[in-house]
Amino acid sequence: MGDIPHRSADAGTGGPHVTPGHARSAGAALSVDPPVTPLDRTPDGAGGHTDDLDPGGGALGGGALPRRRALDAERVFQGFTMAAGMAVLGVIVAIAIFLVARAVPALNANTANFFTYQGWLPNESEPRFGIGALAFGTLLTSFLALLMAVPVALGVALYLSHYAPRRVGTVLGFLVDLLAAVPSVVFGLWGRDYLYGPVRDLSVWLNTHLGWIPIFGGDGPFGRSILLGSLVLAIMVLPIITSLSREVFLQTPTANEEAALALGATRWEMIRIAVLPYGRPGIIGATMLGLGRALGETIALAMTLGIVSTISINIIENGGNTVAANIANAFGEANDVGRGALIASGLVLFAITLVVNMTARAIIHRRREFTETAA
Amino acid sequence: MTVTSTPPVAPGRNPQLRARRLPVVAPVGIAVAAVAVAAVLVHGTGIGGAALVVALAVLLHLVGLYAASSAVEGRRRARDRTWSALIHSASVLALLPLASVVWTLVSNGLDRMDRNFFLTSMNNIGARDPHGGAYHAIVGTLEQVGIATLITVPVGIACAIYVVEYGRGGLAQLIRFFVDVMTGIPSIVAGLFVLAFWILIVSPYLNDGRPGYSGFAASLALSVLMLPTIVRSTEEMLRLVPASLREGAYALGVARWKTILRIVLPTAAPGIVTGVMLAVARAAGETAPVLLVAGGGAAINLNPFENNQSSLALFVYQQAGDASRYAPARAWAAALTLVALVLVLTITAKLLARRNRFGR
Repeated sequence: MGDIPHRSADAGTGGPHVTPGHARSAGAALSVDPPVTPLDRTPDGAGGHTDDLDPGGGALGGGALPRRRALDAERVFQGFTMAAGMAVLGVIVAIAIFLVARAVPALNANTANFFTYQGWLPNESEPRFGIGALAFGTLLTSFLALLMAVPVALGVALYLSHYAPRRVGTVLGFLVDLLAAVPSVVFGLWGRDYLYGPVRDLSVWLNTHLGWIPIFGGDGPFGRSILLGSLVLAIMVLPIITSLSREVFLQTPTANEEAALALGATRWEMIRIAVLPYGRPGIIGATMLGLGRALGETIALAMTLGIVSTISINIIENGGNTVAANIANAFGEANDVGRGALIASGLVLFAITLVVNMTARAIIHRRREFTETAA
Repeated sequence: MTVTSTPPVAPGRNPQLRARRLPVVAPVGIAVAAVAVAAVLVHGTGIGGAALVVALAVLLHLVGLYAASSAVEGRRRARDRTWSALIHSASVLALLPLASVVWTLVSNGLDRMDRNFFLTSMNNIGARDPHGGAYHAIVGTLEQVGIATLITVPVGIACAIYVVEYGRGGLAQLIRFFVDVMTGIPSIVAGLFVLAFWILIVSPYLNDGRPGYSGFAASLALSVLMLPTIVRSTEEMLRLVPASLREGAYALGVARWKTILRIVLPTAAPGIVTGVMLAVARAAGETAPVLLVAGGGAAINLNPFENNQSSLALFVYQQAGDASRYAPARAWAAALTLVALVLVLTITAKLLARRNRFGR
């Protein structure tokens, strides 16, 4: 979570160098094992260095130290923490295994092509379902949401980091973080009951005046559309992208900024030549994380989209469906094959988000100190 | 020491040092003109309403500002002004939905914020009944999130301790990487996992051969979502503990596990609590996993291990989809309750984090 602003705030020029140095010194302290000194060891044997947890070695070397009693507790505790670490690996592997195990029977029962068929009828006696339209809807809503959210988010992040007075910046940053905490079901309810009206009016207007463009075509009804879904989605990913990019913008070395200003750059030129290039990996990473969130968003889209499983590039007519929204909507009536089919679609979603998140992490990991504070 | 040249212009009026600036009132004037032109254009052609006037006026203001500034101050200043205006309008734009959400939540939610809402369930509430409440949902949320917290906090903290204190080399790196991956798992996938694993495979053994929904299953799904958040934040906090504290303990001959439990963890405790509270706040707002594995339900069920249970978020979703004309008021009241719960947790966590910063 990006809520440790003080480290980035006083990172200043030394920012990138402080964190690795600190991390290394903490690790260095750990790698030294104070009770057993090399001097104690040398008489025992040459290979004694590696097994400093061995009770026999401890007894020979420094029998007076209160080390032997502690050894068992040490092992138990270390084993416990290691088991907890392995549990994380276990959960990920278990997710993959159990999803595959439930999905395969349903996929075998499927009488249509899973990747190309544009419908979702897994509960029939001859189950037919395909991921095509759902995956298309997922990618389209997420893409539109990012298209709307990223420019605004970067603007807000720049305002918070370089334009706003200190006090205003703190308050506004706090408000944006609160926006991130609002549950998605509330955004769904708000989008369905309040954003629907303006979006419908806008859609009708776009259709009347720009109807010749395919994405604004069609002859209604309008409103419960891809446009409404992606607007709600954009509002939901906005705070994530904003707070992550604000973190990177704040970490720009002060020396770079001051050098740019001293050369006579205007404030925007300073941002363009000092802040944006420095923050670019962070911006890309933040966008990818926002994309990961948008792809997996369920309830808000289940409440705002028109839930029609066909591939259409029209974004203002009632319709649209996504993998996650379809799971929430179709789960109630699903029989055994239906559940398997939904789990299969969830597996696809899992795979897509996995790839997106791994890419994002790989980009961010190039900037280690950024991950330390912001992820 | 003689003056060899006289200044080319009178002191105080040096054009080399002081560039010409746009007067302060100019942007205001351009704004007024932009609104006027936009209004005339829109109403003259009759292609839209007030919203279009605002949009067009913003656009005209940007163009006008750029033109005026580049005529008086030059292109570089003009670009600076335009970007500054764009960045400021982005911030205003971002605040609009927040204000709208808060306003609609409060104005709609307060209607049903009464005793009845908090003290009754939806049991035997028909479509024409204006009463009915969220008692069962509040109980469900508290129990599910509570159990999930009990599961995640020990495992999460232990995992972070392994990564920071013990882990060296490959395995710790691998765990760190998978924690990152786990952060990105969509909540619906966590729900599907618990459905495939607990509901369909394990629960028939506990439930006479029939798969059974339960609040505990929802806790498991929420645990999958909370675990990576807690591991990450605990990891950050453990890394912030000064190495000198550990070295001091080692120098006194304290065993490593005791150093961690008695010295490192207490030092990092406030930060860890903050991370846990943020994870709890996130889990309390999740709808999708609860929808898949807890099953919902209208009656009060205090036992999280048997039979269907609801939660506040699921209650909002179900009432929003209900055809009764009293359902929306219940949905908004539950949404307001949920947001209040989540925001109290979040704000407390953030204030706690801030206090630590000053204390350190």
